[in-house]
Amino acid sequence: MIGLSHYLVVSAILFSIGLVGVLRRRNLLMLFFATEIMLNAVNIAFAAISHYYNDLTGQMFAFFIIAVAASEVAVGLGILIVLYKKHGSLDLDDLATMRG
Amino acid sequence: MENLVYIALFAPFVGSLFAALFGMSERKIFVGIIGSALIGLSFLASAILAYNLYTTGTVVQVRMMDWISAGDLNVGFGFVIDQISVTMMTVVTLVSTIVHIYAIGYMDHDKSFNRFFSYLSAFVFSMMILVMSDNFLGLFIGWEGVGVCSWLLVGFWYHKPDQKREDNPSISPSWAANEAFIMNRIADLGMLIGIFILYWNTGSLQYDVVFAQLPYLSDSVLMWAAIALFIGAMGKSAQFPLHTWLTDAMEGPTPVSALIHAATMVTAGVFLVIRANPLYSMEAVAGVSFFIASLGTFVAFYAASMALVERDLKRIIAYSTLSQLGYMFAAAGLGAYWIALFHLAAHAFFKALLFLGGGNVMHAMHDELDLFKMGGLRKKMRGTWIYMTIASIALAGLPFFAGFYSKDAIIETAFNEGTYVLWGILVLTAGMTAFYSFRQVFLSFHGEERYKALGFDPHEMYKFVLVAMSPLAILAMITGLFMNQYKAFIYKIGESVQYEMSDHTHHLAVWLILLVVFIALSGIALAYFKYARTGEHAFKPDEKTANGFFYKLLINQYYVPVFYENFITKPYMMISEMLWTKVDLKIVDATVDNIARFFYNTGDKTRRMETGNLSNYLNWMALGAVILLVVAAISAMLV
Repeated sequence: MIGLSHYLVVSAILFSIGLVGVLRRRNLLMLFFATEIMLNAVNIAFAAISHYYNDLTGQMFAFFIIAVAASEVAVGLGILIVLYKKHGSLDLDDLATMRG
Repeated sequence: MENLVYIALFAPFVGSLFAALFGMSERKIFVGIIGSALIGLSFLASAILAYNLYTTGTVVQVRMMDWISAGDLNVGFGFVIDQISVTMMTVVTLVSTIVHIYAIGYMDHDKSFNRFFSYLSAFVFSMMILVMSDNFLGLFIGWEGVGVCSWLLVGFWYHKPDQKREDNPSISPSWAANEAFIMNRIADLGMLIGIFILYWNTGSLQYDVVFAQLPYLSDSVLMWAAIALFIGAMGKSAQFPLHTWLTDAMEGPTPVSALIHAATMVTAGVFLVIRANPLYSMEAVAGVSFFIASLGTFVAFYAASMALVERDLKRIIAYSTLSQLGYMFAAAGLGAYWIALFHLAAHAFFKALLFLGGGNVMHAMHDELDLFKMGGLRKKMRGTWIYMTIASIALAGLPFFAGFYSKDAIIETAFNEGTYVLWGILVLTAGMTAFYSFRQVFLSFHGEERYKALGFDPHEMYKFVLVAMSPLAILAMITGLFMNQYKAFIYKIGESVQYEMSDHTHHLAVWLILLVVFIALSGIALAYFKYARTGEHAFKPDEKTANGFFYKLLINQYYVPVFYENFITKPYMMISEMLWTKVDLKIVDATVDNIARFFYNTGDKTRRMETGNLSNYLNWMALGAVILLVVAAISAMLV
């Protein structure tokens, strides 16, 4: 029987993968994917816990996160395209312009 | 009545503020005129109050507002117009009015003319608060205000550089101003303690409340309160050992000297003792009172002795003030408060006249004050000469002039109390007073015209200034005649100020007076033979006297200033320097510096985190999040 803890473990694993991606990746696009993974890891946890407690609030929250993530991706990708046009690269090491 | 009180008090304040508006602009004659007029208004109000008090005898008490109200402490900003304060108010405002008018002429060429009037009026205002207040706190505010204003005015020519003590005993105006202020601060501490003691034991600062409770206080409380208050009085009235500032304060412009000596400052100490007469006439403080009398007598003699050899015109007059203050304290200490107050008033008139006359001479001689460079000035400055002679006669105490009655009464008091030693010293001092005051007159106005060889071209002061001085001259002559009326006036306060000579003294009074007058006359005669003659007997400064032991001792003020410098100022400086370099720099500053340095270094080291690379920032952020989680987990476990 698959229980709550299984879901949470999956969620944690996904979150860790996402976190490692955020920390290790240099490409901005990959960073985006990694954050998406983390967001969805959280969504899984929300949905699972909501089911466990029989309370729909968690699932509603997951939907919200999905909606917000979608809009964020839309805006983010737009920025990435502009960035790529301007610098010809999405590598973070090339984009270190904030160095004081 | 109430309005008159406010006019008397605030007219000088308004004048000060008005003059302050023009403080930075060039000389505007109307500033001086309006300032003088406002002080004159204040005098008028005071005079009406005095007349009213004289005819009706009702003491006016005004409470303007609640001032401080905290816990049990409740102090009102209130004023009392009784015989003591009204005497002071009239004297102060009268002298101040004349000094203000005089200053219009005297400060004519000074570019800080407006600023001067602002300070001058503020000085008078402070003194008015001091004398009118009906509680110790108001007195203290006025007391401090007078101190600040004296600092501003003595140091008025602050741009003058420091000189060596050998060239100029008072070094520089700013030095003298600081000295005056610091000495007064030392004494003010004593006064503050005295006020605290009284408040602590009576629960009030109001004069009448405090004095009403005096009989219920223990002897030691009374004694310490009396001592502490007198220390305050010693500072303001420049009694030994806090006296050196008074002569050094001569660095200020002459009108200021006149004001300080005659009206607004040094009399405050005497006033305090007179004001607190119920305290000082208690049986328990008889010792303190006797000490006051002895100290006063000592200072009278001590200051007069220094005046004997002084060559600086203004300093001689300053010493004479010191000496006369000694007389006042002697009278107050012996319980003759009203005589002290009367001498204070009489002294104010002739002392202001002396200073203003001295200012005329100084003006004529282009700020030269050395008497040995003057002589024979009476031909050029007739008006000033007459004034100075009148004032000196009054100071010397020749019959029918102001000083005669009041000073004689003091000397008689000393005789009456059976303190023959004090009496003897005071009589001797009277002779010295006559000698030095006429020495100064003869050296400047009589004898050979020594100034000619030095290329001076003296000229008389403006007419309006001489006219303005005339009330002082008249008062210096006639004040004494009103002594009995004044006595009747002030006796209405109550028993504590009343003082009568015994019958025995009354019988001897004529002889005592004759003795004093004879001694004074012989002093004048001596001065005449030594300094006033011309031709082959003319006075010449000679080396032999100048090198004599006593002469050296006196001209160096008994080496007291040198002593202070070497044994107080210098060690103090050394200790300060040590504390500065060892304690302040090495401990206090070092601690603060190290704290700052720690943060600076931390910032410097952690600056490397700021690479500008987003990836690195994300790593730091993740690390931070982990640390926060760990902390949260640990604290959750601990709870």
